[in-house]
Amino acid sequence: MNNDKIAMALKPAGHWERHLPLAIGMGLFLLPLLGIPVKTYLTLTIAGLAMGMLLFLVASGVSIIFGLMDVINFAHGALFTWGAYVGFSIFRLLNKWVDAESVLQNVGAFTIAVVAAMVVVAFLGVVLERVIVRRVYGSHLFQILITFGSTIVLVELIRVLWGPNDEVMPVPLRFQGNWDVMDVIVLRYPIVCILMGLAVYALIQLVLKRTKLGTIVRAGVEDLDMVQAMGHNIFLLLTGVFAVGAALAALGGLAMAMFTLQVYPDMGSTYLLFAFIVVIIGGLGSVTGSLVGALIVGLAYNYVAYLIPWAAAGVNILIMIVILLIRPTGLFPVGK
Amino acid sequence: MNEIVLAVEGVHTFIGRHHILQGVSFEATADNVTVLIGRNGAGKSTALRSIIGLLPTSEGRILHRGREIHKKKPYQIAREGIGFVPEHMGIFSNLTVEENMRVAMLVEDAATAHRLERTLAMFGDLRKFWTAKAGNLSGGQKQMLAIARAIVNDTSLLLVDEPSKGLAPIIIESLIDAINQIKEHSVVVLVEQNFHLASSVGDQYYILDDGTVVQKGVMEGLAGNQELKSRYLGISKAENPFGNEQ
Repeated sequence: MNNDKIAMALKPAGHWERHLPLAIGMGLFLLPLLGIPVKTYLTLTIAGLAMGMLLFLVASGVSIIFGLMDVINFAHGALFTWGAYVGFSIFRLLNKWVDAESVLQNVGAFTIAVVAAMVVVAFLGVVLERVIVRRVYGSHLFQILITFGSTIVLVELIRVLWGPNDEVMPVPLRFQGNWDVMDVIVLRYPIVCILMGLAVYALIQLVLKRTKLGTIVRAGVEDLDMVQAMGHNIFLLLTGVFAVGAALAALGGLAMAMFTLQVYPDMGSTYLLFAFIVVIIGGLGSVTGSLVGALIVGLAYNYVAYLIPWAAAGVNILIMIVILLIRPTGLFPVGK
Repeated sequence: MNEIVLAVEGVHTFIGRHHILQGVSFEATADNVTVLIGRNGAGKSTALRSIIGLLPTSEGRILHRGREIHKKKPYQIAREGIGFVPEHMGIFSNLTVEENMRVAMLVEDAATAHRLERTLAMFGDLRKFWTAKAGNLSGGQKQMLAIARAIVNDTSLLLVDEPSKGLAPIIIESLIDAINQIKEHSVVVLVEQNFHLASSVGDQYYILDDGTVVQKGVMEGLAGNQELKSRYLGISKAENPFGNEQ
């Protein structure tokens, strides 16, 4: 009898049940076509997907850190900014490669900037977790206060090291410009962002689903005590996860600075708000949820900014409220 | 005399401000199943969580094969060869049965593969639902998975907290069979309120009350002691659902 119940539970949902959320999603995705010309719609969609992927890079770190460690990391925005500034310095250092016509040199400069930003910020993440965050596990109030304090320190350090002014972010030459695809202007860099976001998503999924370490991390999201009672050093695991989350924030910061063509010390706080919206929509601890949430936020922001510019900033808050009312745990909840 | 595998010596444990264990002492010896029994809130689960390190002890010592473990972290204690099955089973619901087992395996060598085969032979349903999400299993199957995870490593001491909780009598019978097989390879410390299960697998017992051990002895002796059973387990002869003398 129990086996029958399980067989019922394991039976795939019906055709309609399975495809209804996707159908609703596609319907909403195509809805702006009613008020936007097709070519503009395609341009906005690419921009929205790119913005979504950039937000995904930031939000996935927030989501993994919260999902596994139950830590609300307000310093994530500052780590994001550090990533942007480290990349900025590398581009200045390699300015000949950045301005070169050679694709190889452009990609080389970009790769070095990405690796440097991720390594430096991952190290900052390790220090932050070991010195500060570890002391406040289990207390959200203290986490908010102490990571907010860390943000102030990290941002002030940026002002000391790089100065307080806005700077123009250099972008490798071949990452600039656009392609004309059947009279639709397709900017190059947003396509790079979309591909980068998809690659990061695939890599995270590969590690989480296909490696033992990833399986342990997913188990830890559900029951950290049980994971350590099974012989796994969760302290090492938590530090590692925090470092990976910080590195993702750095990648997001660098990529976003190249998208907006500027770096400034307070840039993190703007995108941290978006990241939290994405994570709440997607479901805490879920990487797929972060991706879907980020794409919803990116697309909605771009469509609404074109149709009703004054409502652009509020639309994502509205989406978040609606989703929270329907599914308080987000679109892809991860059980605790 | 049997080797003392686990020695708990005058252990005190607090949860918040509450002084739960107040000098608990007991031993688990090789080739035996030691049962901790007592009313709700007596400190049985706290004792197991203190042994595995999930609750810090404030006083006393815990020794595993003569080595102190009470200052170690839970993962270090688990690596000493101590398996733990908590009261809530601790199943990772979003992971498949296979993934639950993989998380449990500290090394994946030939010996572990052999133990896995032995475990799956014991709990056939786990093989049947190997790729199913653990959250979709029945209560009994989840309990089997929880025990399987704890014995897939080279476990010398198995701590099991109320495995019969919420399970149907027929499932409890298969649990009794399983624990009787496990005791051939590992020393078992069992927290159990179901007297039928406790007496079917247990060799020695300790009764806990208000955070201290108030009585100990061999299981056969307790089966005939109606007064103790009535006072500390809240069961009388009339309530015995199995109708036999226990």
